[in-house]
Amino acid sequence: MLASRVFNLVGRRSISTSLCLRAHGHAGVVKAEDYTLPAYVDRRDVPLPEVAFVRNLSAQQQALKEKEKASWSALSVDEKVQLYRIKFNETYAEMNKGTNEWKTILGGALFFLGLTGVILIWQKHFMYAPIPHTFSEEWLSAQTKRMLDMRVNPVEGISAQWDFDKNEWKK
Amino acid sequence: MSAALLPKPQMRRLLARRMKFHLLGAFVLSMGCATLYKFGIAEPRKRAYAEFYKSYDPMKDFEAMERAGVLECAPPK
Repeated sequence: MLASRVFNLVGRRSISTSLCLRAHGHAGVVKAEDYTLPAYVDRRDVPLPEVAFVRNLSAQQQALKEKEKASWSALSVDEKVQLYRIKFNETYAEMNKGTNEWKTILGGALFFLGLTGVILIWQKHFMYAPIPHTFSEEWLSAQTKRMLDMRVNPVEGISAQWDFDKNEWKK
Repeated sequence: MSAALLPKPQMRRLLARRMKFHLLGAFVLSMGCATLYKFGIAEPRKRAYAEFYKSYDPMKDFEAMERAGVLECAPPK
């Protein structure tokens, strides 16, 4: 019935969707997809998931479930653990356990940093033009002398580090 | 099943405990940073400027600059 209502709403366009085809086969009842049903999940903030972990119990597990309906002190430790494992996949300890993923991440990051370094070295060696002449030693020392002559940053900066009486850098 | 039960965890006032911890920490850290900046950077800088200008002679500096030849308005003789 739902499928025919949808049919009226969208007109005659979506007649060929697979769900509608399946609906016509089953007299209007659509089979619920797996992702729409309650699911089991191992999460710290979900202590009791909506369904048990094991859905299809074997014969031995079903017998155990019957035994669970009686007094619990009759169950052995192994049986209690088995019941736990039917209901849950991992214990909280297993769930919260760390992995070694950080090593992979760190290694990958360092590897790509190294690769970038190789590329940069290759570029400096083979590609870039020589640096401007204003970076030569003579030019830089003449530049610094001019800055000191002009008394650039005399309070806390470069001229404060120069001893003008002795004509040398302050110790 | 172990015979001894685990100790009962704290059930109430969890947010209050977290807030107290974080408010205290935030206050201490921010005030600490401000104090460190004031006494590590701001005060020394103020002292440096005071010291510099205590015995500063602008004319002496002007003549030194003139002699060095960096002033367009006052070329060296």
